[in-house]
Amino acid sequence: MSAADLGIAFGRVAFVMLFVLNLGGLLTWVERKQSAIMQDRIGANRASIFGFRLLGLFHPLADAIKMLTKEDFRPARADPFLFGLAPFVSVFCALVAFASIPFGDVLRVAGREIPLQAVTLNVGILYVFAMLSLGVYGVMMAGWSSANNFALLGGQRAAALMISAEIAIGASIMGVVMIYGSLNMMDIVRAQGRLFWGWLPAWGIVTQPLAFVLFLTAGIAATKRIPFDTPEGESEIIGYFIEYSGMKFGMFAMADFLETVVIAGMTTALFLGGWQVPYLVPDGFRFPWGGAVALPHLLVTLLQVGAFVVKVCAMIFVMMLIRWTLPRFRYDQAMRLGWLGLFPLSILNIVVTGIGLLLWGGRA
Amino acid sequence: MRLLQRFYLVEVLSGLALTAAHFFRNMGLHLAHALGRKTARGAVTIQYPEERRPYSPRLRSLHRLVRREDGSPRCVACMMCETVCPARCIYIVAAEHPNPEIEKVPARFDIDLGKCVFCGYCVEACPEDAIRMDTGILEFSSYSRDGMIYTKEMLLALEPAGRDGRPTSPVPIPADRRP
Repeated sequence: MSAADLGIAFGRVAFVMLFVLNLGGLLTWVERKQSAIMQDRIGANRASIFGFRLLGLFHPLADAIKMLTKEDFRPARADPFLFGLAPFVSVFCALVAFASIPFGDVLRVAGREIPLQAVTLNVGILYVFAMLSLGVYGVMMAGWSSANNFALLGGQRAAALMISAEIAIGASIMGVVMIYGSLNMMDIVRAQGRLFWGWLPAWGIVTQPLAFVLFLTAGIAATKRIPFDTPEGESEIIGYFIEYSGMKFGMFAMADFLETVVIAGMTTALFLGGWQVPYLVPDGFRFPWGGAVALPHLLVTLLQVGAFVVKVCAMIFVMMLIRWTLPRFRYDQAMRLGWLGLFPLSILNIVVTGIGLLLWGGRA
Repeated sequence: MRLLQRFYLVEVLSGLALTAAHFFRNMGLHLAHALGRKTARGAVTIQYPEERRPYSPRLRSLHRLVRREDGSPRCVACMMCETVCPARCIYIVAAEHPNPEIEKVPARFDIDLGKCVFCGYCVEACPEDAIRMDTGILEFSSYSRDGMIYTKEMLLALEPAGRDGRPTSPVPIPADRRP
């Protein structure tokens, strides 16, 4: 492997890493500001550097400094190793899950073909799925090692919620996999570039509308945020991170935000056409009504990456909107929704998709 | 419960439409405000230290001791307020007044604002109208309990609030915060 290859591989990973990390950090600001604007408030705007407030953008920075300088407390009876490991597992799994989500098509520079995706995996979907599920180990570890009954209860709830959500996620993805005939996320996104009747993009939300709703619901449950925040449940049990303080607590909060970014990226890749821009083909726009605009390769790639970022941000907006609109499900309601609502419906979706494929033949 | 409501989805969507409408309306108003339309307000927030709601004239705020024309306190140290005070936060030490027509004068008149419950009984009990709670001052703080004890001199220096309810005299600085 030459130095150039190494550099390219590093660049791909760095792009995804910085994108996810920065977006995750910014989400604390987005959450406070968006909820404030939704509720006719202004939101955090006091943190300033040299008198510049910049719409409160310094608040995440102030939060980070505060968390880093706080006392890092560990209960006497907690398991020291697992207690320290848990937040790292949580953040790590959320962070690496984004790796196989493609953020652009193949970039051709100086005779090289660079797939715009941190890691090219043939089983990309399963990888993201697996990493998301592994994230719950961090939460369970935190709950178990804290030597606190409420933390244990929170960890147990997180595990139960994760299992009921993961099954629905997996089953609702199956419809998409059947339609596009691949587990490779790049192939799935590419397949979504086709047009129905010459004008309707074959995005997942068009071919699999039910799976989109199911995936989004289960995905929000997987992020452990309102309306599915039973593992945290501020008003009843404080949750699995009750004994954590300082940056370790901050890492759990960050893991939730990172998971939000991952679910938004996954929804974008599977249901919203990923990096696809409608009517944009590799050599420019080709509109169904006959017009065509030729564009250089670099600009097309830039448009695709931009489209992906915009779609992810839009998805995050929708998820934040849901988080600040709906009240929390009770524990039994969340379980009921997962096992008696999402799971049977996603099985039904698979059956209907199978029948549809059988009747209309082959892939879409 | 209607069948439609049992499916959550329609109700969830209508709820999302409501909050999203608020978001985009307020966002538009914020944008108009930023672009120069100062009457456009996207939030009902009052930015407290800079902006204040008008105070009611009935508001019970920091006490003041009313002065006679010569600047001495109107108080005659009758101990009515100290007696009626449910929080027992008033401490009076009486002394003879040089003028024989006036019975007594407070040598000391301390109010421990750390204990005061702002009930206003002292104002009602006073036969001389010597203590009032109309300064409009609400923000007093201290780093210690001793700093919350306001003395006669501090209370005598205060003026009543203006017509809009805003304080006209500065917040007294407790002893432990004086340079």
